[in-house]
This record gives sequence, structure tokens and C-alpha cells, in this order.
Amino acid sequence: MARLLPAEETLIALPVKMRLVPTLSVLVASALVTLPFDAAFPMLPPLGFMMLISWRMLRADIWPIWIGIPLGLFDDLVSGQPVGSAVALWTVAMLAMEAIDRRIVWRDFGIDWLLAATALFVYLLAGALLARAGDMMQILQLIFPQLAWSAMLLPPAMRVAAMLDGWRRRL
Amino acid sequence: MASPNDGRHSYARRAQYGAFAAYLVAIVGIITGLMAAIIWVVDPVGFANLRILVAEATAPVARTVNAGTGAAGGIDDSIAAWWRAGSQNQALREDLTRARRMVIHAHGLEAENAELRRLLALTRGDIRPIATAQLLSTSANSTRRYAIIDAGYGDGVRSGQPVRSADGLIGRTLEVGPNVARVLLITDQQNVVPARRARDGLALLVSGRGDELLDVRALNAAGNPLKIGDVLHSSGSGGLYQPRTPIGIIIRLTSEGGLARPLADPGSNIGVIVEPAANAGLDEPPPPVEQRDPISEDGN
Repeated sequence: MARLLPAEETLIALPVKMRLVPTLSVLVASALVTLPFDAAFPMLPPLGFMMLISWRMLRADIWPIWIGIPLGLFDDLVSGQPVGSAVALWTVAMLAMEAIDRRIVWRDFGIDWLLAATALFVYLLAGALLARAGDMMQILQLIFPQLAWSAMLLPPAMRVAAMLDGWRRRL
Repeated sequence: MASPNDGRHSYARRAQYGAFAAYLVAIVGIITGLMAAIIWVVDPVGFANLRILVAEATAPVARTVNAGTGAAGGIDDSIAAWWRAGSQNQALREDLTRARRMVIHAHGLEAENAELRRLLALTRGDIRPIATAQLLSTSANSTRRYAIIDAGYGDGVRSGQPVRSADGLIGRTLEVGPNVARVLLITDQQNVVPARRARDGLALLVSGRGDELLDVRALNAAGNPLKIGDVLHSSGSGGLYQPRTPIGIIIRLTSEGGLARPLADPGSNIGVIVEPAANAGLDEPPPPVEQRDPISEDGN
């Protein structure tokens, strides 16, 4: 990922658009669930979380490490999960990605996908556990279809993040 | 490709302090979030006001989409349909033939029932609905099953009232805002509905599973008295759900009961009716459904 702008230039006085696009896109993705989707069981992927990890994979430096707190709070308020679960789990995900960045330096798309899918699995599992969605067997049955679709929708989500990234850098 | 180094691991003391503070904030956030999530499960009222505020704020968008095309509803529907097309097709055909037979049977029963009630002078009169509303959205990516409806305090909706559609029971109101209300669907795992089998009045307990089906158990019977195709309706005991509201049809038998498909699909863009609680005329408010003892519930 070659830097197009030198580091010191990105640090001083970024235009508003450049700062806000990643955050806003995650908020919008979270809020999509309030649209009238016809879902009788948990089928819609956790779009906010997918957007978050897509951006984090693409650009490690756009957010402070605690960004999961405000973004997760918003997601909790619209999603119906217990308030606080996304706050905790999104922040854990950001910390985990930080740790992984230090260990696995050489990345390709496959590894990114695998990491993101693992993050999704842990996130859905922990979220269902926090919502007391029954015993382990029931939870796995509940989240499996959701996980499968979410994992398949990860590359498009990353593509959306990349497109938005291109747009926000084109001033 | 190397992962982008964000320059956060610098040796400058100031940058190190900044990074340390950020980690501290993150860890405090994780602990607070976990505690809040656990407390919320125990005491769901804590964040009710905040959530209902957000629901109020996001409702206009859902209203607009509902009023417009409603096309958004098709996406997930088609994915789900593709996912289980074959088995669903077969199941639907079976359901249809069964339903036809039942409709004919029910017409006869209805006429007989009306006559008997007239004889007994027990006619209760139609339940006057409190409000009619649109179902705006469901908690589509959560394992908890909620819905937001388009009627609130201003329309006379209060917490703890049954919500139904033309087909059957949807759930009960939980949190009420000025213009919207949050409904706990019958498919949620925390929701328990006292029910009866339509043909003989066998007392049953229907609870949600978190997916699209309902768990059905007989209250006092050795063995498994349920049959596939049995129709369930609410019994009205407990004083929350109006008696004789259709709930679902048994589609599969398990070792200790059965699984039922709800008659009312809480899909979006359908009209729902908020009814008064079954004992609304009485002095005592109904106790919350989740906390009642399932055995003592069946009073008659």
C-alpha cells in the first residue's frame, strides 16, 4: 500500500471530507438495518462491523484505537443487541487487528479475507452469547447462515471501502 | 504487500503517551461495554429511553421506504428463499393442501361457534383495537427478535400490549416512544405465550427460538400429544394476549413437543393492530411475561 501523500501532510489539517467519510460510512452501514428488511431470522450481515474491518484493513491510520466505542454504541442502539456488546466487541477487534498488524507483516488478499472472516465469526458468536441466545448448539445453528453470507460479502464490502477511499482522496 | 505502518510506534515520548492513553481508553471502553451488555440482559429497561430515541430518529426513513416501493424488503427475502428453495417449496405445497382442508373445517366450526355463543349469551364483543400501525423494521442482524412499529404513546400504545396482524399474533409492546414502539416478537427467546390447541383446547406453552420457528410444549401431558398440522391460538391466561388469537401451525415434532411456524410473518411493510391487554379492565397490571412460572400460568 504505497502512500500517496507524505506522512506529515496527512497529519496536518486534513479536509473534512477525508476525515469524515470512513466514520460516516460505518454509521450508515449500521443504520441500514432500520430500513424495512423482511427478515424472520438473523440473516442480514452485521454491515457496520464489516465496514469497520474493511476500512481498518485498508487504512490502519484513519482511526484512533478507541473508535469502536462511539461507533459500536451507535450500532448497539439501532441493532437490537444488548447495548454495550458492540462497544466492547468492536474495540476488541480493533485491538486484535493492531496486534496482528505487528506480527503478520506480509499480507495478501487471502490472508486479509481469512482474518476478517475470523473476526466476523468471533464477533457473531460473542454477540449471540452476550444476547443469551441459548446454548452453544443453538447459537451455532443461528449464526451459521449469517456468517456464511457475511464472509461472502466481505470482498464487496472491502471494495466499497476502497471506492470510498478513492473518492475521499480525490479532492 | 506489507501491512501499512501507521507510525504509531514511534520513539517520541509524546507519541508514546498519546498511544498509551488511547489504549487505556479502549480497554476501559471494552470493560464498560461488557458490563453494560450484561446488565442490559438482566435489566432491559436501563437503555430503553436511549434506544427508543434512536428508533424515533430513524423511523422517518423507514416510513418513506415503506410508502415508496418497499423494494428493500425483497433483497433478504430472495436470499433466504434461494437458501432453502427446494425444501420450502415442498413444505409450502403440503401446507397449502393442509390449509385448504382446515379452512373448510373452520368455516363449519365458526358457524357452529357463533350459534353456541349466542345460545350462551357469552358474546364478548369485538376487541376494540388501540391503534393500527405499520411494521417499520425488525432486528434483522441480531439474535434477539424485535420490531419497530409506527404507533406510540400518542396513539394510546402502552408497554405490555399484544400486537397482531391479520394472520396472527406478532408479539407484545416493550418500549414505547412518542411515535414508535418496540415490539418483542413471539419468535424471541425471551417471549413465552400461553396457548391452546385449536381443536381440543389442550394447554400449551409457546416460546421463541430466535429463528423463524416457535418451540411448543404441552403443559401437563405424558408423552407427546402434538400432531403435525395442529393449529395453536393464545389462551388468554396470564392476562396479556387476547384469547383466541392465532399463533402458528405445528410443522415438526420433537421429543418433548413440537416446532410451529408462526402464522403471522413479521416481515416488513405489513399492517399490525395493537390490542388492549386481555385483562386491561382489571386493577392489577399484567406481570412481565418472561418471569411467570409456566406451571401456575394455566389457571383453568
